[in-house]
This record gives sequence, C-alpha cells and structure tokens, in this order.
Amino acid sequence: MTKLFRYLKKYWLAIALAIAFVVIQCWGQLTLPDLMSDIVNGIPAASMSNDLSELYRTGGKMLAVSGVIAVVTILATLFAARTAAGFAKDLRQALFEKVENYSLHEFDTIGTASLITRTTNDVMQLQQLVVMGMRMMMMAPIMCIWGIIKAIESAPQLTWILAVIIAALLVVVWIVASKTIPVFQILQKKLDRLNLVMREKLTGIRVIRAFNKQSYEKKRFDESNQDLTDTAVRVNRTVAILMPAVMIGMNLATVAIMWFGSKGIDTMGLELGTLMAFVQYAMQVMFAIIACAMIFVMLPRALASAKRVNEVLDMETEIKDPDVKSDAEMKRGFVEFKNVSFQYPGAEEPTLRDISFRTEPGQVTAIIGGTGSGKSTILNLILRFYDVTQGQVSVNGVDVRQLSQECLRAQISYVPQKQILFSGTVSDNIRNGQLDATEEEIRHAAVVAQADGFISEMENGYASPIAQGGTNVSGGQRQRLAVARALVRKAPVYLFDDTFSALDFKTESKLRAALFEETKESAVIIVGQRVSSIMNADQILVLDDGCVVGLGTHKELMDTCEVYREIVESQLSQDEIA
Amino acid sequence: MSDNGNKQGMPKGPRRGGHGGPGMGPVEKPKDFKGSLKRLVRYLSGHKVSLSIVMVTTVLSTVFTIFAPKVLGWATTSLSETIFARAMGNVQAAIDFSYIGKVLLFLLGLYVLSALFQYIQQYVMAGVSQKVVYDMRKQIDEKLDRLPLKYYDGRTHGEILSRVTNDVETISSTLQQGLSQMISAIATLVGILIMMLSISPLLTLIALVILPLSAIVVSLVVSKSQKYFMGQQRHLGEANGHIEEMYTGHTVIKAYGLETKSIDEFQGINEKLYTTSWKSQFISGIMMPLMNFIGNLGFVGVCVIGCIRVVNGRMVLGDVQAFIQYVRNFTQPIVQTAQIANVIQSTIAAAERVFEVLDEQEEAPDSETTAVLENPQGNIRFEHVDFGYSDDDILIRDMNIEARKGQTIAIVGPTGAGKTTLVNLIMRFYEIQGGRILVDNVDIRTMTRNDLRTLFGMVLQDTWLFSGTVEENIAYGCEGATHDDVVKAAKAAFADHFIRTLPQGYNTVLNEEASNISQGQKQLLTIARAILADPPMLILDEATSNVDTRTEAHIQKAMDRLMEGRTSFVIAHRLSTIRDADLILVMNHGTVIEQGNHTELMKQGGFYADLYNSQFTTRDGEEIA
Repeated sequence: MTKLFRYLKKYWLAIALAIAFVVIQCWGQLTLPDLMSDIVNGIPAASMSNDLSELYRTGGKMLAVSGVIAVVTILATLFAARTAAGFAKDLRQALFEKVENYSLHEFDTIGTASLITRTTNDVMQLQQLVVMGMRMMMMAPIMCIWGIIKAIESAPQLTWILAVIIAALLVVVWIVASKTIPVFQILQKKLDRLNLVMREKLTGIRVIRAFNKQSYEKKRFDESNQDLTDTAVRVNRTVAILMPAVMIGMNLATVAIMWFGSKGIDTMGLELGTLMAFVQYAMQVMFAIIACAMIFVMLPRALASAKRVNEVLDMETEIKDPDVKSDAEMKRGFVEFKNVSFQYPGAEEPTLRDISFRTEPGQVTAIIGGTGSGKSTILNLILRFYDVTQGQVSVNGVDVRQLSQECLRAQISYVPQKQILFSGTVSDNIRNGQLDATEEEIRHAAVVAQADGFISEMENGYASPIAQGGTNVSGGQRQRLAVARALVRKAPVYLFDDTFSALDFKTESKLRAALFEETKESAVIIVGQRVSSIMNADQILVLDDGCVVGLGTHKELMDTCEVYREIVESQLSQDEIA
Repeated sequence: MSDNGNKQGMPKGPRRGGHGGPGMGPVEKPKDFKGSLKRLVRYLSGHKVSLSIVMVTTVLSTVFTIFAPKVLGWATTSLSETIFARAMGNVQAAIDFSYIGKVLLFLLGLYVLSALFQYIQQYVMAGVSQKVVYDMRKQIDEKLDRLPLKYYDGRTHGEILSRVTNDVETISSTLQQGLSQMISAIATLVGILIMMLSISPLLTLIALVILPLSAIVVSLVVSKSQKYFMGQQRHLGEANGHIEEMYTGHTVIKAYGLETKSIDEFQGINEKLYTTSWKSQFISGIMMPLMNFIGNLGFVGVCVIGCIRVVNGRMVLGDVQAFIQYVRNFTQPIVQTAQIANVIQSTIAAAERVFEVLDEQEEAPDSETTAVLENPQGNIRFEHVDFGYSDDDILIRDMNIEARKGQTIAIVGPTGAGKTTLVNLIMRFYEIQGGRILVDNVDIRTMTRNDLRTLFGMVLQDTWLFSGTVEENIAYGCEGATHDDVVKAAKAAFADHFIRTLPQGYNTVLNEEASNISQGQKQLLTIARAILADPPMLILDEATSNVDTRTEAHIQKAMDRLMEGRTSFVIAHRLSTIRDADLILVMNHGTVIEQGNHTELMKQGGFYADLYNSQFTTRDGEEIA
C-alpha cells in the first residue's frame, strides 16, 4: 500500500487541507456538548437572576459551531472526493499504460482476466479506501482520543467507567466481527457454486435436453440452491446479533454513566450539565470506535487490491528495445530462423528446438503440425512477442532484437488465430492496420479479403458498427476483416495463424487466390491445420514436438516425411492425395 | 478478494452500501411499480405468521427505543431538582437514589428488550427472505427448463445468469434489511412525534420546522447525485469496456503498434470518468453534513427554548434532555426513508426482470396421447416441412427428406448456411410451422420430447462438459452405467489412453472451463458419452478446429466407429464423409437448396459442384489431378 502513496503525493495540499478540516470538525463536534453543558449548568443561575442573555449567547455560539461543522465537513468531502478520484485516475492510467507495454509473457503470468479486474475493480476499491481514509480513518482516531481527553477533563471521577465501556465495546465488536467475516467468505463460495451450476446449465442447454437430463440438472441446482439458502440464513442470523449487541453496549454505557454520575454529583461536586456532556463525549468516542472497527473490516480487502495493483506496476517487461536501433528497411520480405530454440519461462521442455529456415519475397512458407508442436510460437518469435532462448530470428536481414519493437512490427502484417476486432466501424477496424490508410485502400483490402461482399450487404456498409469483440459478425466474417486489416498494412512480411479455419472451402480458395496477388513482394508465412489450405505452398515446414521433421514442397514431403503423410492421410481420402 | 467474485462480468461500479450509503447510486425505474410490487408481496403471503412477528417486534423495538430517552429524562429531572434545591440554599436536599436506581433499571430493561426484539426481527426475517429467494431461484430454474431454445438464442448467458443471481440477490437484501428499516423508520417518525408532542407542543413545532428543510435538502441532493451517478456509471462502463477490449486484444495491439492510440483513447475516457466520479462522490457526501446541520438547528433551538422554559419553571430539565435526543434522532428516519424509497424502486425493477423470465412463453407441452417406439429402427422422413425462426420469416419451405435406417446423411454448405437448423428440428428444439417430421413413421410431435431425444446421440463441435469427474461426464447420457461400461465406451472412443494419463484417471475432476484437458480430448469424451448412450440415431459435427492432427485422426476413427449401423446426420467437413454419404443435403441461406448423392449432385453442376470443385483449385486456378 505504501508504494501506492506516491500517487497521492501530488495531492498533498488537498490532503493537508482535508486533515485540517477534519480536525476542525472534531473540535466542533466536541465543543457542542460543552456549550450544551454550559446552558444546562447556567439554568439555576439564570432562574435566580431571570437573565436569559447568557442562554441566548450560548445558543448563538452553538449555531455558529454547527455552521462551521457543516462547512468544514463539506469542504473535507470535496477534497477527499477530488483526491480519491484523481488518485484513481492516475493509478488507472499508470496501470493501463504499463499493461499496454507488457509483452505476452507478462500477460501469461498474470492472466488477462485478472489484469482486467486489477485495472477496474481493484482501482475502484482503492478509490473507496482513499475516500474513507480521508474522512473516517482520520476522523475516528482523532475523535476517539480527543473525546476521551475531554471526557476525562470534564469529569475525571468517571474516567474508569469510560475505560470499562471502551473495553467492553471492543470485545463485543471483536467477537461479532470474528464470527461474521469467515461466514461471509463461505457465503461467497456458495454463491459462486450456484453461479457455476447455472452457467453450465445455460451453456449445455442442448446437451442437457438431448440427453434428457433436466431432472438431474434440476436436482443439482436445487442442491446448491438449498445449500446457499441454508448458509445465507445462518450468516444473516449471525449478523443479526451485531446491531443489537452494539446498541446494548452503548445504552448500557449511558445508564452506567447516569448512575455513577449521580453518585458523583452527590459526593464529588459534579455538575449536571457536565454529566450530560460526559454522556455525549462517551457517545462520540463509541461511535469513533465502531468506525475504527469498520475500517479494519475494510482494510484487508483494500490491501489485497493494493497488492495486486502493485504486482502489475512492479512487473518489468522482458522485451526491451535495444539502445542502438538498427534499420529494417534495407531489404524487404526476408525472414530467417537460425538454429532457434525457445523455451517458455518456467516450462520444463523447450517448445522449439533448433529451428532453421528462411523465406524470400514472394515465397509462401506453410507451417503444419499438431497442437503444441510450436507453430504459433514461431510467429510469436518473428513478432518478438517473446525472445528466443538460443539462435537468432531476423527480419529483412536484421536480428529482431536489434530493432525497436515499433520498427519491427511495422514490417509485419499479422493475422492472429483468435480473430480480434475492436468496437468501432468496419472501416475503423481495417484502418487499425495502417492508421493513415485512405478509404480507397481500405476498400481494396476488403475486396481482396473477400469481405467487400458482406460489408456492402450490411446496413451502413463500411460505416457499420462492430460490437465489442466483433460479436455481431460471424467467425468467418471476423477472419476476413482481420485479413483485410493485415492487407491494408502492405507490410514486407505477412503472418497468417490458422487464419482460414472458419471459412468454407470456396471462400477460402478465392481469398487465397486474391491474396497471393497482393503479396508477391512479401514473405508469407502461413500456419495451417487443413492440408488443403497449405499444400500449394512453396515450402512446407512440418513441426513435430518442437522440431522440424520436414521441409519441402507437398510432393517432396509426401515421399520423405512420414509425419506429413500421416497428417495428409487423416484429412484426405486416398484418391485425393494423388 | 479473489478473481472468482467477478465472474458475472464487469463490476457495476460502487455497490449498494458502498460510500454514500445505500440507495445513493443510480436508480432504475420499474415499469409497472404497483403490479410488480403486488406480485412480489404475493411471495411473502406464505409467511404471514413470520411477517406478523417481524412487524410486531420491529414496532415494539422501536417504541422501546423511543420511550427510553423519556425515561432517562425522569432520572435527570430528579437529579436536577435536587441540584436546584441545593443551589437555592437547601443544603439538606438529598438525591433520591432509590428512585433513580429504579428508573435506570427500568431503562436498562427497555434497552435490553428493544435489542432483543430487534434481534428476533432480524432472525425471523433472515428465514423469510432467504426462503422467498430460494423459491424464486427454484422457479426460475424450473422455468428455464420449459423455455424453448429460441429463448436462449436471443440472449447472452450473462444476461440470464444475472437475473438468477444479481437480481435475486438484490431482492433478498431488500427483504432482509429494507422491510424492517421501513417499518422502523415510520414507527420512529410517528413515535418520536407523539413523544415530542406529549412533552411540549411548542418545542415540537420548533423541531418540525426542520422537516420541510430536510425534505428539500434530501430531494435536492438525491436528484443531483442521481445525475452524476448515472454519468459515473456510464463512463465507468466505457472505461471498463475499453480496458477489457484492449487487454483481450493485446496481441493485435502489439502487432500493429496501436499502443499509443489505445492509451490516448483511454486517457480521454479516464478524464471524463474522473470528473463525474468526484462530483458524484462529493454530492452524495454532502448529504450527511447538511442533514446534520439541519438537525443541529433544531437541536440548538430546542436547547435554548427548552432551557428558557425550565428557567421559567414551565418544563423540567429531564424533558428537555429527552427532547434533545428526540430531535437528534428525528433527521435520521427522514434520510432513511429517502434511501429506502430508492432501494425499493431498484428492487422492484430487479423483481420485474425476474418476472419477465417467469412470464416467457413456454414450449408446447408434450402431447397427451404419446406414441412410444418399442423397437426404434432409425428411419427419418421430413414431409413438406416449413420452418422459420419466427413466424413471419419462413426459411425452409416444403422440405422433403428421407433417411433410411443406417444411412449417413451429410449436411454441407458455407459457414452460416444454417446447418444446425436441421439438427434443431430433428431434436425438436424448435417447432416447425408446417408439415411433419416422422421417425419410424411416427410424428415426432406425438412423442414426448424425452422419448424422442433418447433416440439420438449428439456430438457437437461445442463440446459441453460439466464440472465433475471424467467418469461422471461419460456416464452423463446413461444413468446406472457401471465403471466397466464407462471404460468400454472410453476405449471405443480412443479416450481411454489419455484418461489414464490424467492425474486421477477416471476420477479426475474437470474444472469449470474444462481447461485441464485439450479441446480434442473434450471431443473424445463427448464421443464416449454418445457411445455409452447407444442411441439408434446420431447427430455429428465433424468440425474439429483447434485440434491437433493426431487427435483429429483419433476423433475421426472414433466417429466412424460410432456411426456404424446408425442413421447419422453429419455436419460434414471431410471430403471422404461427403463422398461416401448416402444423401448429401446442401444448405445455403438457411435452407436446403440441393439434395442427392455425390455423383448426382456433381452431374447437376449446381452449387454443390461449384463448392466441391473450389476446394481443390490451386492459386493459379487449375485442378490438381
């Protein structure tokens, strides 16, 4: 948490002012009982002299103090709100920028979902904490201590009652808190379980109906529903003790003060007004203690958030730009792997072993192999999403580690396996490939990608909106838009990662034919699953378990590479293999 | 908090009960407040006794709490009389400790009883509210079983899920807290008013001045904060959306060097969020100081005037003390009522969303006189079938298909051609608009859905497994299957081997996303499941994306084995399947446009021939021989 304080530094003035206002607020709230006690204590004198001016004066003071309290509280709230929101803004921005510069390794380490929660939810938690911190957390201790001091000052005879009350209250709060916090956690777990069962039911609705398992599923749901209900009842009944217990504690205190206070009046010269003020002080102190308790309930959660946020901020990205950057524009369309081995950090086995191949402008290189054979990893290395463990990857004749990432990636048009589109228009999405592309260029890219047809059929054509994640277009359409985005970049190196899987054969072959017209001066590397998509490549790289087991054309490999033949045979019938 | 807690999707900003107190967040307006409220109340009707207890205990607890200051006042008065007497010169005046003692004991009793009743009320309400939401969840669950698939197609899972959890949870917490709060707030207001009147009508008048003032402040603050909270919510949603989108699209962002663009966009959103965020935080935060100030106005007024009356001998000091406490407690129920009003509104809105589900139109019930197939053969016939996903958009007109026992029917067509439509019809996931579908010459509408679906095995690309053991998942389609049966089915599906390599073999628990096994392995499990169920007819989807080639070979062998001797509808991707099929249904734009076997269709030279030829053209457009 302390590390995050640096984000509060620039708000030091606001924080200092807020603290000052909170102190004034405490003073006001503790002065009101004094004034009230003055009024009460002055009653005998006033009734004797029949002079009410003192009463009015004190009343006026009370009003003034109330006004001051209101003003400073509002001001403190203002500074707290601005500081907390500003802090959250800065933190969010810092997190976002940090994460945007992460390499894939850091994404793998923390996980996308968790990164999202950390940037959104955890920051919100911390914002709440700062608001609370600047109001309650400062106020409670000040109030508590000051209140105790004033109480002792006004009626030292009653100090011991105050001590007993505070001790008793702490015990009550502690007992109830220690009982309720764990059950709340259990409750959350049961709720998660119910969610899980329900989500499975929804995703599996067809299967459940196909297998006639409705009654089984109903039972499963009912069990967790019942379980959740039982726990919830138990939790709520435990929590039900909290308020009454605290109330009894506070009320008991009042009664005790009145009783022993009366004794004090009788024998120790205590004044009635003072006694009444003492009751008020005691109340303020008790409220402050309860507020402290609430902070302690909230603090662990916020601290957990702080820890998670810090983890993100502290993580250093592994991929760094070189100090002396080379230029990659000398040649175009060359990619070369020289004895490349790669092992994911923390993995037991290397993913790629001693890979070497090169590709030239206008040449199509296909990579085929089983899942986990390292196909996509090869593309990730070209993009320098990861750094090689051994060997060298070069693009246009330059080692990728000697280029700035920006310059390297400007050389590459990449179509990832998972088709990712962003919210915006169709045109915006294609333009992401080349931010300064003209409408012409965009349209041309779409035509080549076989996307122009369905785009024109959409209501607003190229201005049609794409929903977040591209959910309003089909998988095949997403793929074609992703291809268009790559094409508009007109880069010297094209990487396609299993890009045509969602397309039917006809569209795919049309797309391929049009595509290769565009890439005549570029290196093209295609990762594929379907033999039919890759069999016409100039060279085919067959991967098995991270090693190259074959490199050549379809015809050559059919004769020499057993793994390749096996793959082909599993997909094509005998006469089609030819 | 773990990441688990957020699976329902993005957080909806500050939760109810966060800073600013309950009910300060944006409030959703219900559509039909009265009707929905009535309906919600009906859920409580079964708990009349409990509710009466809650009602009575709440009122009693409140009454005792209200009565307490008055009693305390008796002690003060007694004390003050002695003190005044002493001040007047009567040194002999003694404090009446036995009286004060009695009063304080009585007071103690009141406090204890009040707390006790409060506890009873909470205790009983916990039972009632949880029972109500239990019933509600159960109702939704059962309702979901009776809804047609059409309902699910139009909605995201998150949307339905949030009704079962978030909305029901809102109702539950309102029942638990809101109801008693409301009763107690009203009882407090009325009670305090009565007590104040009984002590001094004049002081009451002074105290009442603060009522309209508070009402104005509350309504002003609430309506202002509503506006900013709405804005905050919107910008928060925007920010969260942007974060989610950019993080999930990280590879593309990196690959295309879009980091700066994305960061700039985010900065804009973040700035807007900051402004609305501090404003809403601030506005909701000034409610308390303002109300306190107003409360203090009353407090001071009462103090001064009360004391003057004491000086004049028209009031006793204890009454003034009591009155002061009443005034202090007077503003609280006002704020509370305003908050509760908001809470109730959003609760009713939540209830409406739940009711919406409960009111959805259900599937047509199974026919009364049901036909049962004693010895199903697996002949399927479509006669003049008309179908559309909605009545005014008929996709399929007058479709006739005949599939005989043991045949393989391949369904082919471009992506999005509606290949799953046929599956939906055969399984009666959807109702047809015209014509009929016959299984062994029996109209499927005369069978129960259960009987019909038992006849089919289904292996879809979208492999569905639930969080349970591997064995439970395989045995899913066949109740009472022994372990040996399961192993046999797994062996037949080429799944036995990989299952044995899992940490706990057949007892390995698949986690929520079943991410501890690969996509291909999942498919093998679903095949094993179908093999074990041993249905006379099959529906298969050959698509094996994201599956490595070796596993794919296994899957295909397993599928071939599964298809032996069964009538199979195959959403075909393999050429061999298509060429060997007894019947090929060519689909496009949602309907069957051609049917026949491979040779017939090639001869026709239509869409199919085009489709078939296209997949073996090279980039130069020539055929590979």
